[in-house]
This record gives sequence, structure tokens and C-alpha cells, in this order.
Amino acid sequence: MSTVQYDLAVVGAGPAGMAAAIESAHRGLNVVVIDEQPRAGGQIYRQVGQPVLQDKRILGPEYYYGADLVAEFSAAKIEVLHSATVWEIGARHLCLSLEGSSRRISFSRLLLATGAQERPVPFPGWTTPGVMTCGAAQIMLKSSGLAPSEPLVIAGSGPLLLLIACQLQRAGVSIAAVLDTTPSRHYVEALRELPGALRGWRYLLKGCKLLMELRSAGVKRLSGVQQLRAEGGSDGKLARVRFRHKDREQTLACSTLLVHQGVVPNVQLTRSLGAEHRWDELQQCWHPCLDSGGETSVGGVFVAGDSAGIGGALVAELQGKLAAIEIASRLGDTGQQTQNTEAHDQDTQKLQQAIAQQLAIRPFLDRLYRPAAVFLRPADETLVCRCEEVTAGDIRSVAKNGCAGPNQAKAFSRAGMGPCQGRMCGLTVSQLMAEVHNAPVSEVGYYNIRSPIKPVTLGELASMEPELESELEPKLESEFVEQAKA
Amino acid sequence: MLNDSAFKRLPSNAAETISFRVEGQVVTARAGESVAAAVLAAGLGPTRTTAVSTSPRAPYCMMGVCFECLMVIDGQANTQGCMIPVVEGMEVGFQHGARAVMEESV
Repeated sequence: MSTVQYDLAVVGAGPAGMAAAIESAHRGLNVVVIDEQPRAGGQIYRQVGQPVLQDKRILGPEYYYGADLVAEFSAAKIEVLHSATVWEIGARHLCLSLEGSSRRISFSRLLLATGAQERPVPFPGWTTPGVMTCGAAQIMLKSSGLAPSEPLVIAGSGPLLLLIACQLQRAGVSIAAVLDTTPSRHYVEALRELPGALRGWRYLLKGCKLLMELRSAGVKRLSGVQQLRAEGGSDGKLARVRFRHKDREQTLACSTLLVHQGVVPNVQLTRSLGAEHRWDELQQCWHPCLDSGGETSVGGVFVAGDSAGIGGALVAELQGKLAAIEIASRLGDTGQQTQNTEAHDQDTQKLQQAIAQQLAIRPFLDRLYRPAAVFLRPADETLVCRCEEVTAGDIRSVAKNGCAGPNQAKAFSRAGMGPCQGRMCGLTVSQLMAEVHNAPVSEVGYYNIRSPIKPVTLGELASMEPELESELEPKLESEFVEQAKA
Repeated sequence: MLNDSAFKRLPSNAAETISFRVEGQVVTARAGESVAAAVLAAGLGPTRTTAVSTSPRAPYCMMGVCFECLMVIDGQANTQGCMIPVVEGMEVGFQHGARAVMEESV
């Protein structure tokens, strides 16, 4: 059986993946893009090719900006596999599930552009039906034109919290309250990043505008909110949210509670590949270790966009383009492509400058919107692993009993063994183990992620066309050698 | 059929309306939207109970990360409702507790 060999496979059709695919196609590479969604755009530009909402004011120009990128992507000479889920990944091959059957794809270079996920926000009652993330509400707006049921409360910290509050307010949704959990000392700490942040003044201005918009719309916004708890009614659905504000216990009735504590890179695929990661103390999350061209410690595997570290949609687009230029040039080194070195250096330098300009605001934002400690290392009774229903207390207890890291804790507590495969508890479990062992999170480490990276049925596995043994064996051997090196 | 916890449909660009069934109840949806969105728009749920304590759950992240929206879609249990576009005539069921091992004669 012969499999198509692509020059480049891109996972993710958000801004980074689309920009990378467009650029590499222009440079003559044979590129395939794999995306879980039925349409290109990623979460940020979801459905922008066929927008749902009539009123363009609701989502604003930054959303519709993505339409040109999606159009360019659709017109380019790129093979795109939509609604496809990657469940196994290697440096030169991947396996994906599409329309109920699985297939294997081979390539010379791999670019992971899997974006971000919302930081899991453990607090008492966060599993109650009716509690959702701010990102989920935004996805519903973009892809279905749906607004959450009222009464609605929005709680948490970060730019997306303000943005979704404004978007829902513009859509005519009545917001009972925005509960800002940003600790007040963060405002002071963020001030020292202000001079640098002034280079990104457009973002600062945007933030101020959102705050003013909420104020002039008369949306109640409480700052310094603590002890957030969601409670269900007799039907099991969300009934109320309790919290402490200015030393006063308060309760608000609600049927939807949208929570948010920032976004973190989706590192499931880089983890599965065994690439090196580092703990980012400021963003409180893992980043894959990358060289200046975006290549990971696993040769031939690149990362761009939010899955490399949170920078936002515009940075992702620039990084995607940069990675494509690097990939084309590095492929050229092996004789497959040719590239003018001087033009290459000019292109990459310009992109790197533009990225630096866009990232100028990040230290300010990261310091200001660092989640309060209670969301990073919740109290004992709080559920940490939603799938297997393991509490923070359970994790602390296995750590005290001698579990050194998350993988051992997994075996003793089942945390991380459910269908989400640690996506919702991984960061918290590492934090809790680090706390008990009084060690840095970087030392405690993270779950080993193994394929299948997303659940796949046995029927689908069985449907895969077997490879000829002569093809299979040398490939497997070379993979073992690569993994041993990594 | 709609109840208080139903998500509201905002004025939208025209799209085909389809109908499908949730727990045997006929529900209309916007063609192309996810099963999870359509179920929330109908105000139905909780959409599953957990395998460990059978506590109620509903869609949470809507982007394929949390696996809270697992439903039985056209007979296939443990399917992520937020990742599957709803289609005409689809049969959606809520998922209670752990998935049972199907007894099949081979």
C-alpha cells in the first residue's frame, strides 16, 4: 500500500495553521491541513466564512477580520481534511479519524497549530449543569447565534471575560453581574509592566473601551470577588452563585454562570510526541520548548500560534507564516527547495519584529490576570478531575503518601484517566503536587500523554488499512530511535 | 417544550432548519450547528450523569476539550455532542452512568 507523502502536515486551521498553510503552498510545498471543525477559522474565527449573527456589532470587527484569511486559505492550493480528529502523532506520520474511519498520513515536516484551551477553573460547584466557560458562550454566539439563558452571571478574570460581557450586552442579553476575581494586588504588580505595555497601547485602549462600554450599559461589575461557589437546585441544574465581596457574603440567582481564568496552550500533541516543555511561571502553564524558527526538541516538528504560548490571533497568524518560511527553507537545505538566504532573513526579521510589537502588552496582561491562587491550587473539597471525580484533597493525600508526580498520582487516584485525558485536571494536579512537595511545578512535571489522543472506537481502528510489513518495520524502528533521542 | 434554561436564538442569517429527536422528543435546530448547541437551545438536559457518582452534567467548553457533552448519538455512546453537527432525523439520547458493554453475538 502506498501512502501520500506530504512535505508538510499542519494540525489546526485557526489563524496560525491557515497562515502557515497559505505561505507554504505559495512556496510550492505539498501541504495537508487537518482540523477538527467542519470549517476553517479555529475557535477565534469560528464560522466567519458563513457568519451566523445578523448584527455585526455583537462580535465586532476583530472577528470579521478573519474572513479574508479564511477566504485566502480556501482559495489556496491546500488539501484540507475537515472534521478530522488526530488520535496518534509521530514526527513523520499521524493517524486520524474522519467520517467513522481512520487513516494514516505521512509527511516530512509537521506544524502543530492546535491553539489554546481555556484554563480549567476548579471551584466548588463548577460541574453543575449551567456553569460553562466564557469561551463556550462565545462559540455558541459565533456558530449558532445562541445567547445564554438568563439570569446570567459572568465570573473570573481576563480580557475574554470583559469581551464576552460586552458582546452579550450588545446582543441584548441582560447580565445580572460581572464578578471580577482578579486579586487587587495584581493591579499594583502589573503597573511595573506598564511602560512596556505602552508599546501595545492599542490593546490597552481596547481594554479601557470594553470597561467603559460595560459601565455605560449599566452592567453591575464587582471587583475583588472571592470564595466563588455554584449551587444547583432540586433539578440538578444551576440555581445560584454565592461569593464574598468586600467582606460580605452574597448570593445571586442564575441559570447560567460563565467562568473564565484566561487561556493556556493546548499541548496535548506536543506532549504525546515527547517534546520538551518548560513551565512558564508568569502565564502559569506549559510551553513547548522551541528554537527561533519554532521547531520543537523533536526534529522536524514545529509549533505556531497559541499552542506555543499565548499571544492571541494576530501573533498566531504571524507565527504561522514565520514557521512556514522556516520549514520551506529547512526543507530547501536538503535539496527539495531552494531559497534565497538574504530574502529569507529579511522576511523572518520583519515577522519577528511584528510579533514582538504585538507581544509587548503580554507581560502586563499576564501579571494582571494571573488567576487567584485558589483557582490554581483549590481547597480540598473542590473537584479537580471532573471525569473521575477526584478532589484536590484526594490529590494532596496521594502526594503526602509518597506519590512524586502526576503520573504516579494518576495510578493511585484515577485523576486524568477519564475521557478528557487530563485536559481539565492536568495543570491543577501538577500545581497541587508541587504545593505538597514544596517543589517547583517544573520539577513535578505533567501527565505522560499517549495515543489514542482522542477516544477512538475499536471498529475504527480495525477499519484502518494495514501497511505492508516491509514499510511498517523500518518506520517503527526509526521512530523508536527518535523517541530515544528525545 | 422550551423551558427557562433554554439558550436564546438571536436574529441570524438565514439557514435551513432541521428537526431531530432528543430522548424521543422532536426538537428543531439550525442546520450545521453542533448537537450540544441544539440541545442547549432546546433547554434540555442535564445531558449525562457521571460514571462514578451519577451526578448530573451538561456541556461545558463547547470546543472538544472537556468531554462533558458525551451523549448517545445515533446509537453511538460516548460521542462528543459539541463536535458533531446535528442532521435531520438524528436520534440523540442522554448518557446515564458508565457505558455498558454491549453484548454481541459474534
